[in-house]
Amino acid sequence: MKVEVDRLGRVARRRFLARAGIAAGAVLASGLALVPLARAGRTREPHEPVTGEVRYGLFIDSARCARDCDACVRACNDEHGLEPVHGPATDPQWIQKVTLRDRATGRVSALPLMCQHCADPPCVDVCPTGASFRRADGIVLVDKHTCIGCRYCVMACPFQARAFVHEAVENPRPWSPRGKGTVESCNLCVHRIDAGDGRNPACVEACAATGRHAIIFGDLNDPESPISKALANGPSAELRPDFSLDTGVRYRNL
Amino acid sequence: MLDASVKVTAARKAMRHIEFRETEGRGAGFPALVLLLALVTLAGVLAGHHMDVEGHHVTGMNNRIVWGLPHVFAVFLIVAASGALNVASLSSVFRRPAYEPLARLSAVLAIALLAGGLTVLVLDLGRPDRLVVAMTHYNFSSIFAWNILLYTGFMAVVVVYLWIHMERRMQRHVRWAGVVAFAWRIVLTTGTGCIFGFLVARQAYDAAIMAPMFVAMSLSLGLAVFILVLLAAASMTARPLDEGLLRRLARLQALFVSVVLYFVVARHLANLYVAEHGAVERFLLLDGGQYPVVFWVGQILAGTLAPLAILWWWRPRSRGWTAAAAALVVVGGLSQLYGIIIGGQAAPLDIFPGKEVIEGALIAGEPASYAARLPELLLGLGGAAVSGLILVVAVRVLRILPERLDEAGADDTGNVYGR
Repeated sequence: MKVEVDRLGRVARRRFLARAGIAAGAVLASGLALVPLARAGRTREPHEPVTGEVRYGLFIDSARCARDCDACVRACNDEHGLEPVHGPATDPQWIQKVTLRDRATGRVSALPLMCQHCADPPCVDVCPTGASFRRADGIVLVDKHTCIGCRYCVMACPFQARAFVHEAVENPRPWSPRGKGTVESCNLCVHRIDAGDGRNPACVEACAATGRHAIIFGDLNDPESPISKALANGPSAELRPDFSLDTGVRYRNL
Repeated sequence: MLDASVKVTAARKAMRHIEFRETEGRGAGFPALVLLLALVTLAGVLAGHHMDVEGHHVTGMNNRIVWGLPHVFAVFLIVAASGALNVASLSSVFRRPAYEPLARLSAVLAIALLAGGLTVLVLDLGRPDRLVVAMTHYNFSSIFAWNILLYTGFMAVVVVYLWIHMERRMQRHVRWAGVVAFAWRIVLTTGTGCIFGFLVARQAYDAAIMAPMFVAMSLSLGLAVFILVLLAAASMTARPLDEGLLRRLARLQALFVSVVLYFVVARHLANLYVAEHGAVERFLLLDGGQYPVVFWVGQILAGTLAPLAILWWWRPRSRGWTAAAAALVVVGGLSQLYGIIIGGQAAPLDIFPGKEVIEGALIAGEPASYAARLPELLLGLGGAAVSGLILVVAVRVLRILPERLDEAGADDTGNVYGR
């Protein structure tokens, strides 16, 4: 009898512990499940680590982009201190304004071309030191401290989006480190994103100021973000989709 | 009967012994050569320093052509380094005793050429001061990072091979050292070819054939440089040189040039078959300005057909013409690398298939322009001078060259130096 009580007692204790464990696990799991929901649609605090729950990108509607407008390029140059020095061949240029003509129909379209922030970036694959890297939130960056200036990433980029700093940097912006002899490209104004104040990248802001709103920035993973809504609104395309790079920049009406 | 056998063995042992000796360096020739090479090296280092201080805008390179003339020289020297080991491989791996007396020269030349190539590569970096970063941070998905390991490893492997060859006690290991060095050089040149072959985004590259083509190029360019060095060494150190050996090397050279031509034809034919690559092929072979000229005149006419004609039909027995053919192969190699490296970048990139780029600062639908400037040329020549300096000093202070180069080709069947 005594043995039975003991056994019953142990069984009861085990059941209690098991149930308590399940309950605790369920609470924890539901809490974790709530985190992305809580994060979606809000900006990451500066002290929080970057996570893969968000993926930043740009949506560019070529139909809204004017051929004679270069507001985005000027804003980018100003934001990052990119000054023309020795001519277009060697000048730093993170955004290039491009005009295209369809070979079959003759239709002309304009668009800004910048780093496409690929999910599988060739520049990251080829970088010998790992200076080219992709952040968890999808932004492709260059670590200015480990870039040795070999330019292999420039060779590897399918979009000619990378530039080599050919001369000393005269007026560096404290928030946008640059250096002679290293490679650079559009960083989606990562300093603004990390500041957590909700400001859009400089090019997006400048384009909006012209009233055209051809460039939309946001979290591609958040179905409620303006960029996801714009993308859901109609067809869009990656540049060179045959490379399967899953670019973070999408175009419409090319 | 026994006596006869002992006598034959003794005679073979005596014949097997090869006397290696440092070059004497008497007279004005040696110091003058060293001084000249040192001055060109200095000019190259100063040019590299100038590019480092001022930035790369002082070169002809730009955001479209990011690898210019220094890379042509660097890749040439690195590819030739691997091929310079041919003679050592023939001796130690394929057991051709006729080449045994030249194995050390072959190994020293490989080390010297690689050192020269790496010097150019490093001094052309945007941040050459960060060499230590390149040695301590490795991204193993990068073929470039693998190449850094392959280059330094090749240097170490060939140094060990040379030491084993020179150390009497270690002689029995020479075959294995040779096999390792041979395997390493094949992997190394494959890696160099893959630097271009793995560039999937560029229509001028993105081809698996780059790897075997670079291996073939290394065989040809390395042997050409070796022949030139051998002829110069024989002439400057007044060592008699066997014509039979030279003829064999010349025949081998003609064979290697033909193999390279085979890969070049295969590469372009394959590309011409693919509609997507039609524009790039037209650019490189027909209407791309300087690049078709470099291809047809430099690479095919001067660098391939002319040396083949000389070596096979015209003057296969003349020492002077053999040297001329080897020099033409070098010209062809530089032309080929110019076309691959610079022409490949200059070809318009197809970012928007089906569209014509009518405006855009960098792309503009136009081929990128490139004209090499003096600092680049000096840096490239400086790298070649570094190679020359290492070679000349090595043969002066180490027992690299055999006393007589004419015994070398005495017999190819193993009767003279046979192991």
